[in-house]
Amino acid sequence: MGILEVKNVSKRFGGLQALGDVNLSVNENTVHAIIGPNGAGKSTLLNCFVGKLIPDTGSVMFNGISLLGRKPHEINQLGVSRVFQTPEIFSDLTVFENVMIPCFATRDGAFRMNAINSMTAETSIIEKAEKMLLDVNMQDKRNMHAASLSRGDKRRLEMAMCLSQDPKLLLLDEPTAGMARADTNNTIDLLKEIKATRDITMAIIEHDMHVVFSLAERITVMAQGTPIVEDIPENIKGHPKVQEAYLGTAH
Amino acid sequence: MLGLDKRDTLLLIIVSVLAILGPFILNPFPSNSALAQFNAGYPDLMQRFVIFGILAIGFNILFGLTGYLSFGHAAFLGVGSYSAVWMFKLLSMNILPAIILAVVVAAVFSVVIGYISLRRSGIYFSILTLAFAQMSYNLAYSVLTPITNGETGLQVYTDDPQYLMGPNSSTVTNLFGLEMRTTHSLDLGGWEFHFNVGYYFCVVMLLLTFYLSVRIFRSPFGLMLKAIKTNQTRLNYTGINTRPYALTAFVISGAYAGLAGGLLAAMDPLAGPERMQWTASGEVVIMTILGGAGTLIGPVLGAGAIKYLENIFSKINENVLQDWFSFLPHDVQEVVVWIFARFTGEGWHLTLGLMFMLVIIFLPGGLVEGSQRIMRLVGIGKAKGKSSGQGEDDEHHPKATPHVAE
Ligand SMILES: Nc1ncnc2c1ncn2[C@@H]1O[C@H](COP(=O)(O)OP(=O)(O)O)[C@@H](O)[C@H]1O
Ligand SMILES: [Mg+2]
Repeated sequence: MGILEVKNVSKRFGGLQALGDVNLSVNENTVHAIIGPNGAGKSTLLNCFVGKLIPDTGSVMFNGISLLGRKPHEINQLGVSRVFQTPEIFSDLTVFENVMIPCFATRDGAFRMNAINSMTAETSIIEKAEKMLLDVNMQDKRNMHAASLSRGDKRRLEMAMCLSQDPKLLLLDEPTAGMARADTNNTIDLLKEIKATRDITMAIIEHDMHVVFSLAERITVMAQGTPIVEDIPENIKGHPKVQEAYLGTAH
Repeated sequence: MLGLDKRDTLLLIIVSVLAILGPFILNPFPSNSALAQFNAGYPDLMQRFVIFGILAIGFNILFGLTGYLSFGHAAFLGVGSYSAVWMFKLLSMNILPAIILAVVVAAVFSVVIGYISLRRSGIYFSILTLAFAQMSYNLAYSVLTPITNGETGLQVYTDDPQYLMGPNSSTVTNLFGLEMRTTHSLDLGGWEFHFNVGYYFCVVMLLLTFYLSVRIFRSPFGLMLKAIKTNQTRLNYTGINTRPYALTAFVISGAYAGLAGGLLAAMDPLAGPERMQWTASGEVVIMTILGGAGTLIGPVLGAGAIKYLENIFSKINENVLQDWFSFLPHDVQEVVVWIFARFTGEGWHLTLGLMFMLVIIFLPGGLVEGSQRIMRLVGIGKAKGKSSGQGEDDEHHPKATPHVAE
């Protein structure tokens, strides 16, 4: 049994079958990459995990709990964090405040009327946020407005926000899309470090094969809404079906 | 002090001193000089500065922090006033039960209106609140006449039950016998200063509500509200249920408006439907933005500025203008007076609109930003772009698009 079990999931957008009968199992403490050509349905599948979309059929189980019909904040509280294709951060707030918010969410749950304490009195949260910034090497940018960060730093900040929640499952949708080579390599290093230092499962959607083969322990290849191959990276590289899907060769 | 850091303590002290010395500060001109018309140290006017300050502080907790722009806050103001007057009619002229009921009823109203309106965000939220306020206005005006006394407005009559009224009880609004209208005047060689009990009662309320607002701004709850304004999507995917946070902010801000409405009635035991009209809702929006939305002190400044200018501009009628421009040749004088008359007296709202446009275009951070720019020019301000992690007062300006509809 994997930490994430996807069974017979399908999703239609009008006349378009975006997902057709997807079965997928992500094992605990592995980095599982989902690759495939544009429009294969990777993002749609991810959206079905986090409560953004509800699949038409099938089931999505996380740690034995069904995720279907749950709201995004409920799913996060179960231990699933998500990194977006374009970093979603609190641009008007400082870097430090950005990291404090997920710390509060993890400690206090989805809602708590905490208007009595002053922020400065929240020592345990402050400590945790400081440590997190240290971990991602951003402590020097602590008091900057998040909006003024570089694209790479925004991504780094978003990861720090997700990681400060100690998620069991981290979902990443094309974390290096649109990044310069240097930023991409930084992100790879960061993810490798995360993997080495934490008990964490990652499901990563990625276009960049360099990223995929540097990180993934298991790869699922999707095409036209269904997984066509699932295997370890060594076996994926030369797989005829994969080449067919990517090169678009007719059957 | 009081759980505030140095900066905020200083701010609280400044506000307290200004409010306590209000009667002096607002009457800077000798009472028989030509400039006496610019004095504002009269009890009823000073009371209004403070009461609308409270209204704007409360509005700012919702709009300044979460970015949700309510166009219906006058409804809570009106509900507060009606509740207070009913307490006067049923119990006695003691303002304490009146004000408590005003706050409670306004809070209950805002739970209902907020619960429904917060199902939408952005412009749809604003329109829902506006619709609710207009409904309240129309109900107060017609259908609910037995409760609101319709167009005439609700007031206290001698044949009202007033069950708690003893034989020696005061027949004007009072706090356990301390009458709100009591005023001590001080004549200091040409200068006249008025110290009014009602004003100082309102000041106590202002300081309490201001303190509460500072605490909210600096709390984890306040941080969540700021996060709602910045990025609701991220907040949802971070495990936060944004709706109860926004609703709590809405109810707190509705209760503030109820308090303001209750105080209006406590100073003058009347309540009419016009208090709930959309222009009244718009006024508090303008006050908050003019002063600086999202800043602590801005709303108080905005409320003071608008109530002051309203008073001055409404007083200037054609006779005054004729007098001012009597040095001009007759024909020119006529033209100049005609032009100025459009902007004064009844035309005050035209001036208000123009002022508002100028602020939005040239000074989107309001008076607070304006004074910061001046301080920076003079070189008192800190270096630009450096801010402490604890949220400076200038950090939270409203954005052009606070929320995209979900
Ligand atoms: N909300 C939506 N409404 C309609 N069609 C959509 C929606 N989201 C995705 N699609 C379509 O579903 C297909 C799969 O999209 P997506 O999951 O984004 O692919 P990928 O992430 O693999 O590139 C595409 O053809 C896309 O146009
Ligand atoms: Mg995609």
